[in-house]
Amino acid sequence: MEGQSVEELLAKAEQDEEEKLQRITVLKELELEFDLGNLLASDRNPPTGLRCAGPTPEAELRALARDNTQLLINQLWQLPTERVEEAIVARLPEPTTRLPREKPLPRPRPLTRWQQFARLKGIRPKKKTNLVWDEVSGQWRRRWGYQRARDDTKEWLIEVPGNADPLEDQFAKRIQAKKERVAKNELNRLRNLARAHKMQLPSAAGLHPTGHQSKEELGRAMQVAKVSTASVGRFQERLPKEKAPRGSGKKRKFQPLFGDFAAEKKNQLELLRVMNSKKPQLDVTKATNKQMREEDQEEAAKKRKMSQKGKRKGGRQGLGGKRKGGPPSQGGKRKRGLGGKMNSGPPGFGGKRKGGQRPGGKRRK
Amino acid sequence: MRPLTEEETRVMFEKIAKYIGENLQLLVDRPDGTYCFRLHNDRVYYVSEKIMKLAANISGDKLVSLGTCFGKFTKTHKFRLHVTALDYLAPYAKVCEVVSSATGDEVKDE
Repeated sequence: MEGQSVEELLAKAEQDEEEKLQRITVLKELELEFDLGNLLASDRNPPTGLRCAGPTPEAELRALARDNTQLLINQLWQLPTERVEEAIVARLPEPTTRLPREKPLPRPRPLTRWQQFARLKGIRPKKKTNLVWDEVSGQWRRRWGYQRARDDTKEWLIEVPGNADPLEDQFAKRIQAKKERVAKNELNRLRNLARAHKMQLPSAAGLHPTGHQSKEELGRAMQVAKVSTASVGRFQERLPKEKAPRGSGKKRKFQPLFGDFAAEKKNQLELLRVMNSKKPQLDVTKATNKQMREEDQEEAAKKRKMSQKGKRKGGRQGLGGKRKGGPPSQGGKRKRGLGGKMNSGPPGFGGKRKGGQRPGGKRRK
Repeated sequence: MRPLTEEETRVMFEKIAKYIGENLQLLVDRPDGTYCFRLHNDRVYYVSEKIMKLAANISGDKLVSLGTCFGKFTKTHKFRLHVTALDYLAPYAKVCEVVSSATGDEVKDE
């Protein structure tokens, strides 16, 4: 029994080995093209197996993928290997397939001010020699840079020119002049750069006042100016006959094209149900807002009545009416109104105060 | 191409409901596949989800039509039902009236 099982095991092992060999070796009509630098294998064999596979070629596709991957791995195993930190690594050759550009070609930059000028005048760049003969040191020196031929900064004697102030520091003046030149150069460089980058955002087309702008550009510039305040144009007044700008509201957002179909269906069925129910649906928020507004209006009306009554009787009754303050106040508004009237003073001056009070009262309303 | 907004669906359903009433939910919820309404250039198209996915690959300015056109929204956002919708509305129509004229037979649903 054990003998049999051992034989069986051996036979099985042999079979497995054969199968493995079979699996590793793949037969193809045309050899695949390998670009191991990109880990790429191109199979040029005609896909006859796939075509006669039927509606679900998944099994055939999977087999094809396995075969091709096996061939690629076989190729990889043939590469020279090296050891990198306890791992055996195959060294890939240079990639042969040329991959297309990832990003689009860069836009041609606009010419700098100097380039425009040179183009106008027809100035070509003169070829200059790298080294210049320096008399002072008696050797060939660079034209500019470290240890240059005619270095201004190394001069130990500067003659004061005839028209200059004798107490002026000529060395400091020279240094100052150099700093100014450097700063000016830097400014121009940055301006050229800014011009180059601005050209890539052509949205500011009409916003620079040129005097030759079209009506639409001017309108757009005006809109932009209006919105460029701290409160994004909310409190900017319009001219008396100016019309509101078109299309400056929020952009509408729509549902995505392939949104959840089930949700869409549910919403539509709900809408249908509501439509078919033939009952006016109660919009809770609208109802509560309406109720609140009505209450506020009632209060305001009552307050107005009270203030009118108080004024009419104020002259005759004197403090009485004012002191009592009318019916109990319902809110802060009422109290405030009373407080104002209390400050009006003793009734003796009621006549004068009436005149003064009424416009004040009206203003308070 | 985009799905309809709430407002637009409501307007459209109100119009169609005048012809087919409650059977409208059979159009929305079909047993043989998911169909949906999509808006393209102010026209409403009734299209199956499979075909809509294919039509999504066509750019908007080149797309002429998809599925069946049920009707269009006018400039003032009213819905006008087109005769092309008849094939889908006829089975669910509540009342069918055949009117024959010199030019041919017309079938009117109510």
